[in-house]
Amino acid sequence: MHLVLFFIFALFALAGAANLLLQKHPINSALSLIVVMSSLAVLYLLLGAEFLAMAQVIVYAGAIMVLFTFVVMLLNEGREEKTWGSSAARVVGFPAVVALLAVLASAILRAGRHYGTVSLSDGITTTQDLSRVLFRDLLLPFELTSVLILIAILGAVALARKDDGNA
Amino acid sequence: MNTSVPADWYLLLSAALFTMGVIGFLSKRSLITVFMSIELMLNAVNLSFVTFAHEWHAVKGQIFVFFVMMVAAAEAAVGLAIIIAIFRVRGTLTVDQIDRMKL
Repeated sequence: MHLVLFFIFALFALAGAANLLLQKHPINSALSLIVVMSSLAVLYLLLGAEFLAMAQVIVYAGAIMVLFTFVVMLLNEGREEKTWGSSAARVVGFPAVVALLAVLASAILRAGRHYGTVSLSDGITTTQDLSRVLFRDLLLPFELTSVLILIAILGAVALARKDDGNA
Repeated sequence: MNTSVPADWYLLLSAALFTMGVIGFLSKRSLITVFMSIELMLNAVNLSFVTFAHEWHAVKGQIFVFFVMMVAAAEAAVGLAIIIAIFRVRGTLTVDQIDRMKL
């Protein structure tokens, strides 16, 4: 059951990411990124992270991607034209990306022999466990993120406001 | 039936998604799609954080993902505001034409 769910949603995530790369219009890329994020939420649930699965759906697939689609529709940029940059970028770039994937995969495969397996009967990390650590041991970083979000809101408003001379 | 999946399959999926994010970041020509590729990379890293949190039964790995989500939300708000400001001044989002530091 776990194996089947993993394959289905890993396939969804990879297909969504590939579609993000292949689509020419930003709105199609945004929608396929939502597919990736939603299937990652299911994978989080399979890994026993119930709170993060919900936060992934609400924060990422909900809030952030709504912001993205809103901006895409607001600016109405249209199809991107395909340029391939300089030939040096092509010659260096593609082997570098392949090398990056090879390094990551070989490191994971070498270390992965010592890792265990993931199954549905592993139990879940409840929101209670998470909040106990978050609000007891890591209270200061948590409060600092609220300041960060506040600064981000002010910055976003200041940047996106129409510059009418008296700013 | 209770089958199980090796933990490194999750890590390989995370590596594949991260690499696709890098490809998108380097090859896409629309500023907003480049920004989406960054979000894809953040998500891929989050997946490996959750996998390791499961592997070592450590709650703090999941807390880290929570913080990454918060930072990503702040980053998306500011980044999209910058994109709107650039579009208002330049009238385009093609990265080849946005090649000056000055607005």
